[in-house]
Amino acid sequence: MNFLNKSKWIILGGFIFGVLGALAVNWGNPNNMGICVACFFRDIAGSLKLHSATAVQYLRPEIFGFILGAFGTSIAFREWKPRGGSSPIIRFILAVCVMVGALVFLGCPIRSLLRLGGGDLSSLVAIVGLIVGVLVGIFFLKRGFSLGRSTKVPAIAGLVFPIIALVLFVFLIIKSGALTFSESGPGSLYVNPWLGLGIGVVVGFIVQRTRFCSIGCWRDIFLVKNFYLFSGVAAFLIGVLIANYIAGNFGADGPYHWGFTNQPIALPYADADGGIIWSQYIWSFLSFSLVGLAATLMGGCPLRNTILAGEGDTDAGISLLGYIAGGAIAMNFFIASGTGGMGKYGSWGVVVCLVICLAIGFIMREKEAA
Amino acid sequence: MFEVDVLGLACPIPVVRVQKAIAAHAGEVLLVKVDGATPKEHVTRLAESKGYSVKAEEKNGEIHLELTPKT
Repeated sequence: MNFLNKSKWIILGGFIFGVLGALAVNWGNPNNMGICVACFFRDIAGSLKLHSATAVQYLRPEIFGFILGAFGTSIAFREWKPRGGSSPIIRFILAVCVMVGALVFLGCPIRSLLRLGGGDLSSLVAIVGLIVGVLVGIFFLKRGFSLGRSTKVPAIAGLVFPIIALVLFVFLIIKSGALTFSESGPGSLYVNPWLGLGIGVVVGFIVQRTRFCSIGCWRDIFLVKNFYLFSGVAAFLIGVLIANYIAGNFGADGPYHWGFTNQPIALPYADADGGIIWSQYIWSFLSFSLVGLAATLMGGCPLRNTILAGEGDTDAGISLLGYIAGGAIAMNFFIASGTGGMGKYGSWGVVVCLVICLAIGFIMREKEAA
Repeated sequence: MFEVDVLGLACPIPVVRVQKAIAAHAGEVLLVKVDGATPKEHVTRLAESKGYSVKAEEKNGEIHLELTPKT
């Protein structure tokens, strides 16, 4: 009872977030991709012409909403605090690694839950991989891993990312000719920009207040045996399932079905004859192990870092630049998967990034007083 | 009183440091210095789950948490 009392807001917030994430598909976003922070950063990278994959280029207003929602909420609750200087370049590299892992599987941890809540059971393989990655990250945390302390920075530095979010949203509204927008593929499927911004602001408020984190939820279970963050993520998944069933997304007329193969915007996991492609399961597992490890080392999932950037955390802001660069790298160097199969260098990308993350885990330690 | 300074450290390092301090200084009162609402909440949740009562006080932009073992 005490647990429920302490967790009631994150459970309610997680549920609302899940419902919004599921319904965003009915309102225009791609199937099983109502909200995918990694995919949305990749789309933004494409719209900014940092990669040339024409199917995934769009300025996703949800991301701008996350930042602006967290900015406004943190100001209102006196938690906006410009800070930075905690190994920004290492955070940038870790963010690139998160994107490589996410784009091999085709989704961030939030989308893995949306996929699962849309009947895509292949997500379970990735989620187990994610947990393994988090456990490796915990190993490093316990032996003293740290990216160092941040310090106070001038207010203007903390305002940079909310300002960028606002400017890019204006570019979206005016459909600036300087940018590129997909005419087909997932990038051409989107909700009304104002609705997308609104969804983002609501989610930004929820995540800022409750500290919702799709990496922290697993980390806290194993690190401190605490289920607070997990309760929010569990409520998120329940919200997705209920919304999908009520909206009619399952069944004959809906886009979703329960199963492992041929799910919307996912690796096929089966060949044309229906034979299982085991390698895609293995790489889904490993790519999400990479996401779990890299995100644990950088302190949270892509959504959480997006929120922190709105709260004035410039290190988290550097992470966002890493997500955008990672999206571009994954697309430009044939690392990202597609619905047809894995990218030519997808497996290499995952292996190289895993090695980088392990090296960072071993190297980055701060002397502890305790 | 053993002091744990986690000022400026990002999530989840404050929790890891306090967890280590609790293990190394069982039964002692701990003073934990944090600099934001999020580490304050995380450290408080950990301390309460480990049987400590937590008293928070704001000092010059820092939050000082006094963790006292419940008898």
